[in-house]
Amino acid sequence: MGAGIEARVGPSEIRLRNQSLEAQAVEPAYDLSGAEILVRALAEQGVKTLFGIPGGAVLGLADAVGRYGRFRWILTKHEQGATHAADGYARYSGRVGVVLVTSGPGSTNTVTGIATAYMDSSPIVVLTGQVPLPMVGNDAFQEVDTIGVTRPITKHSFLLRSPNDIADTVRKAFYIAGSGRPGPVVIDMPKDVLAAHGDYIPSAEIVVRGYKPKIFGHAHQISRAAERINRARRPVLYIGGGVVASGASDLVRRLAIENRIPVTSTLMGLGAFPSDHPLWLGMLGMHGTWTANMAVQTADLIIAIGARFDDRVTGRVADFAPQADIIHIDIDSSVIGRNVQVDIPIVGDARHVLIDLVPLVKGPDTKEWLEQIERWRQDHPLRYDRESQAVKPQYVIEKLAEVTDGEAVIVTDVGQHQMWTAQFYRFKHPRTIITSGGLGTMGFGLPAAMGVAIAQEDGAPRRPVVAIVGDGGFQMTMEELITAVAYRVPVKVFVINNGYLGMVRQWQELFFGRRYVASDLRQANPDLARVAESMGAMGLRVERREEVQPAIEKALSCDSGPVVIDFRVDGQENVFPMVPAGAALHEMIEARPSDK
Amino acid sequence: MGEMKEHTISVLVEQTFDALPRIAGLFSGRGYQIDSISVGEAEEPGMARMTIVTRGDDGVIEQITKQLNKIVNVVKVTDLTYEPFVERELALVKVTATQSTRSEIMQIVNIFRAKIVDISPKTLTVECTGSRAKVQAIIGMLRPFGIREISRTGSVALKREFRGET
Ligand SMILES: Cc1ncc(C[n+]2csc(CCOP(=O)(O)OP(=O)(O)O)c2C)c(N)n1
Repeated sequence: MGAGIEARVGPSEIRLRNQSLEAQAVEPAYDLSGAEILVRALAEQGVKTLFGIPGGAVLGLADAVGRYGRFRWILTKHEQGATHAADGYARYSGRVGVVLVTSGPGSTNTVTGIATAYMDSSPIVVLTGQVPLPMVGNDAFQEVDTIGVTRPITKHSFLLRSPNDIADTVRKAFYIAGSGRPGPVVIDMPKDVLAAHGDYIPSAEIVVRGYKPKIFGHAHQISRAAERINRARRPVLYIGGGVVASGASDLVRRLAIENRIPVTSTLMGLGAFPSDHPLWLGMLGMHGTWTANMAVQTADLIIAIGARFDDRVTGRVADFAPQADIIHIDIDSSVIGRNVQVDIPIVGDARHVLIDLVPLVKGPDTKEWLEQIERWRQDHPLRYDRESQAVKPQYVIEKLAEVTDGEAVIVTDVGQHQMWTAQFYRFKHPRTIITSGGLGTMGFGLPAAMGVAIAQEDGAPRRPVVAIVGDGGFQMTMEELITAVAYRVPVKVFVINNGYLGMVRQWQELFFGRRYVASDLRQANPDLARVAESMGAMGLRVERREEVQPAIEKALSCDSGPVVIDFRVDGQENVFPMVPAGAALHEMIEARPSDK
Repeated sequence: MGEMKEHTISVLVEQTFDALPRIAGLFSGRGYQIDSISVGEAEEPGMARMTIVTRGDDGVIEQITKQLNKIVNVVKVTDLTYEPFVERELALVKVTATQSTRSEIMQIVNIFRAKIVDISPKTLTVECTGSRAKVQAIIGMLRPFGIREISRTGSVALKREFRGET
């Protein structure tokens, strides 16, 4: 089967996959304004949609966008919304998402969105207005040191200094954002540079001297890894967002299935392996399944691919996978060996490393191991009270999985609902969960879902888009519902409304003597279905168990714009299993202590 | 956790407006120590060479070099600690000098092959070039006389080409 693996592709082709798939041919043009050059450079990169809000510093550019007429501008209600939308667009489509905002407050409002994209390695380019170069540093009106403010949360940044640099800067920015370990890039655009005149010369070869992502893994390390896998008795594949980003899911599936190696994943890696497959262990970590956590703690080999041993995954590091050798494959050498000791490090793009690795692996004997796993699975399934008459959040998500058959794109916010989604939705395809894993940004869900739906209008595969959000996080960015209405974006927003900042409430219940300080939302929560209606969206409310399925079906059948379902769920429900902070993975709490 | 060791890291970097702050920001943002950092033009136009003296255990030093390598404008990172290298630092030390201590100070300056570059009725200013250790040593010797001000450049360093030569 080894020969069946497609031929190696070089770095330049990877770049094509990331950015220039649908590049528009652009003719050379002379004596244009910087703004006009910039729109041509964006067109050259295949950009179809911009998200953002204009302002004084970018009015010339906004005008050039309008006159050039080849992009759609999605006018959001807040720059945070624009940035999350571009991020969702990028995560779903694999193409660079583009944000355009004005100087000062426009740019500072993007900070949470940039940090979110940075932590989850999502490729976005953020174009920020800036005061004219001669005024930089004078505390001019709406001036902020955008590059300084965003430096720690960007992969790279550029300041435009002359109109003739613009096209090349845009090319470099897209290349850097979309290649290697992807990430956000800021281009700060002084107003006078956008106004000054220069020439647009179509694409030349891009050279960024210090930047050479390592694509191929070291051959010797790869053969060592294969030998080690062949000798394993209790191997576990531990996969993360890097598998999704590099398009390696199909190879991970082959590696696992042909060799009968069980698979667990991080939150970011969900969907890279089908959750209805018998080798699927479920997610691992703080709210991972019993089976996944026990498998890791008992394994003699961990094969980590595109995952970085985040503290939410490892539990107490000193006791993580105590019996296992670790093979770690990642494109970012700085994450290898950072949190846990690694026996076989392989730096490279997951897809390319697996192209080389998979043919060398010859089925280790895992029969007994899989039997052990099956026993854990039987004895410790994910539980909740399925008989309850109250609307249980887990029930809502199971029903959604059933109705959509795992074929929807699920975008989440952050909190309990996010963990229940990870546990109870049956993900089948890569890029079908979009969630803020690294930064844990409440307010991400709705705008990112909008970005996913818009990416579909730009040619990404069509699937229903469902944002699953908490009542707390929804209220952080719910103004973007207005944007979704304005552009008739058919996102379904499932508010898991428990009347609390639920995840905070859970920690307070378990670790702070049930003192619910600043986590009770019940006094002031508005009627969210009516809020939705007042913004022009369809609003539904579900208070009883029998209403769950019909409401889901009704929402999914509405194609004309956004729908909000306010699920009034049991406010006391908690996420289990749970590895308390500072505990080892096998020290899970399986249910509410008082329920035992 | 291993032992803390001093490392001298040489970084070849493109001279763009953001390269220096990005490197400095890496150290502050990730909580790494900087003992000294110095930078100037390198052999090639548009490039700068930076010498960073830092401390940490092996894990921290590995992270520092990897993180430096991730910075887009960084072309090459070399941890010189593991090979012979030439290192120089320049220090100016303004030291209190009285009638009775002046000649003693001058003797010390001679022994270290340093230079007196300014003189006033109450002070001498000493210029000293050498390894960090040497600069440290002369400052130690001068301290008892009363040091008024010190200005140091931080180390600059290059790998040695020919072993066995000083
Ligand atoms: C912007 C932001 N602020 C605060 C937090 C801390 N935090 C994590 S989960 C959570 C509660 C979320 O509540 P809700 O959105 O209602 O979701 P639930 O947990 O109830 O599902 C909070 C406040 C965060 N992650 N992000």
